[in-house]
Amino acid sequence: MSEYKEECRCCERSSEDQAKYDQIAQVIDTYRDKEGCLIMVLHAAQQIYGYLPLELQRFIADQLGLPLSEVYGVVSFYSFFSTTERGAHTLRVCLGTACYVRGGKKLVEALEEKLQVKVGGTTADKRFTFEIARCIGACGLAPALMIDDDVFKQVSPAKLDGLLAQY
Amino acid sequence: MATIQLTINGKACEAPKGSTILKAAQANGIRIPTLCYLDKVHQFGACRICVVEVEGARNLQASCMVEAQDGMVIHTNSKRVRDARKVLYQLLLSDHNQDCLACSRNQDCELQALGRELGVTENRFAGEKNEVGIDACVSFTRDLSKCILCRRCVSVCNRIQETGILNAQNRGFATVISPAENLPIGTVACAMCGQCTVVCPVGALKETSHQERVWDALNDPNKRVIVQPAPAVRVGIGECFGLPAGTSQTGRLAAALRRLGFDDVFDTNWAADLTIMEEGTEFLGRVKSALTGGDAVLPMFTSCSPGWIKFCEHHFPTELDHLSSCKSPHMMFGAVLKSYYAKKLGKKPEDIYVVSVMPCTAKKLEIARPEMTNDGVPNVDAVLTVRELGDMIKSAGIDFLNLPEEQFDAPLGMSTGAADIFGLTGGVMEAALRTVYEIITGRELPFPDLHVTPIVGLKQVKEATIKLENVRPEWSILEGFEVRIAVTSGLAGARKLMEQVEKGESPYHFIEVMGCPGGCITGGGQPRTADIEVTRQKRMEALYKEDEGKKLRKSHENPELLAFYKEWGEPCGHASHEYLHTHYVPRGVYNELTDETFVIEA
Repeated sequence: MSEYKEECRCCERSSEDQAKYDQIAQVIDTYRDKEGCLIMVLHAAQQIYGYLPLELQRFIADQLGLPLSEVYGVVSFYSFFSTTERGAHTLRVCLGTACYVRGGKKLVEALEEKLQVKVGGTTADKRFTFEIARCIGACGLAPALMIDDDVFKQVSPAKLDGLLAQY
Repeated sequence: MATIQLTINGKACEAPKGSTILKAAQANGIRIPTLCYLDKVHQFGACRICVVEVEGARNLQASCMVEAQDGMVIHTNSKRVRDARKVLYQLLLSDHNQDCLACSRNQDCELQALGRELGVTENRFAGEKNEVGIDACVSFTRDLSKCILCRRCVSVCNRIQETGILNAQNRGFATVISPAENLPIGTVACAMCGQCTVVCPVGALKETSHQERVWDALNDPNKRVIVQPAPAVRVGIGECFGLPAGTSQTGRLAAALRRLGFDDVFDTNWAADLTIMEEGTEFLGRVKSALTGGDAVLPMFTSCSPGWIKFCEHHFPTELDHLSSCKSPHMMFGAVLKSYYAKKLGKKPEDIYVVSVMPCTAKKLEIARPEMTNDGVPNVDAVLTVRELGDMIKSAGIDFLNLPEEQFDAPLGMSTGAADIFGLTGGVMEAALRTVYEIITGRELPFPDLHVTPIVGLKQVKEATIKLENVRPEWSILEGFEVRIAVTSGLAGARKLMEQVEKGESPYHFIEVMGCPGGCITGGGQPRTADIEVTRQKRMEALYKEDEGKKLRKSHENPELLAFYKEWGEPCGHASHEYLHTHYVPRGVYNELTDETFVIEA
């Protein structure tokens, strides 16, 4: 059944995409039959592919024998799953209470200006996906922001260019 | 059975070990209000309306989920419980479209009834509302502004039918019950079985109404309006008027349809007998071909259930040759009415308007299929569910319960007992065997009371082997042939049997599939019920009784049918192929193999 459909799609994939799909298929084989494997598979697939387009969700649904509505339901439930293409790096400005009062809001405005993108969007050059976070647990460092897994403390708009240049 | 002792509302109670608090209370005559819970269908704890106070527990407990323990002290009606339920209810209301007076579920709504039961008299929270709209397909309509997220539909769609079309999407306040990507239901692999419309407690999921178009036709003096009710309608319609499940109302059904103003009150049963002649002949043709080295495809699957057909077109698009080419009985009937009968009346096909009353929502889809037309007109013009017919009878001021018992009209209203059992799982197969066996051997089917015992009942997959011995000379090729049959109802079982075929491992020759569990007796267009299992059993017994009460019980003995064939030609002959048989459309799991969709623009 799944073969029948997949044949049609495989030939539309670029070789670069196909390599990623093959890698995802391997992950699926590892986790298959484990209860609750869908989240792990989606997590790995997003790492490999960068995001989870509908086409990829169908592939995962077919491979795991799950209905697409269930896969899509999980993807749309968790805010860390993205269905649109993401930048190479994820930048998150903390807007928890402490960061907010110490100027987090100003960082957001400055970044929107610098990156030419609204919160939730990805820059035209695909370098950054710009998001906000609700308290990253570093209130003593406020206002803080994260780029991927790095935390930057007491950031001001003036420091932003220097930070962005590192990525 | 092991029991436990507990105290509910100060009363010493006993309950079977392992029961939920809700069941334990029910067993002791104590009612706990529920909303999302539906016995034997959905146990999820989504709505929390059934909360109770358990002494020693910090929080209120959802009684539909928590197992009653020995020694528990429970209060189901304390102030804390009553207040909590009211707040929960009022929160539900805050995002519910409260256009109740203009809702088709007005006074037939579980949410409405619950508010009364809880004593809610004010609308406390005027909160934000979700911006959600209406999504209509040819079979049913989803009004998400009325959805209370109970997820009963998710249970039937995923756990019972295993079709997985509906699931919760998004999170928190933005949650909606929808297909993936919130696609319109008419564009996805939904079989349109309508089981979700039977369990929806509110007006969020309901059949797409054909009542107005039927009223319009009845009021059009230029139309000859003909009605035909399906077999399972006669054992469902009584429930619309408060009769207990399983009360046959064949005579009053005919009487009510006549009083609604239909010009001819025929019976889909007649066409069920017709279907047996066509399908039986097709099956024998396939077997004969297979035994003589021909390329006929076996096993052959029955094709009376349009939900099953659409399911198959989506999930098994390369196996469609296994489906009988027969249209379903009411479609055959429509085709006959607008050709053969129209000629008798001296009318043009376009002046005839055919209304089918069906226990089914997928039949609404079936009449919208472009294949289901002949001579430039659709075979059938409208499909009413049993629920819709009940509404129309009430709306016309007909006192159903005091109607006399009447007959269907001649010449296309007569049927045999074989036709009655078309409405239940195993019935089409049994009806076919009664005829096929007798054609081949010249003897009656060798089962007590003509019931093929192994395929009677509600098991998911049933099977039997019928050996053909001492056959008539013209069928000598079948001497000693063992016909292996299987019967399933519900799409989960159908999937299993078709997967066997796909792998080349199916041991069967002939397979009956009905898309809804139990068959049409509990189809998606039947009246709603609080206890689906009891209802299914009762309606099944009632249909078997209809069959047993008939003098003629084999389709090939129906004299009106035999008279018809004299003029029409052979079963599976030229006219049959043009009018009574059809073909299928490969669709694919994501509908990617066709451009056809079944969306209705609002």
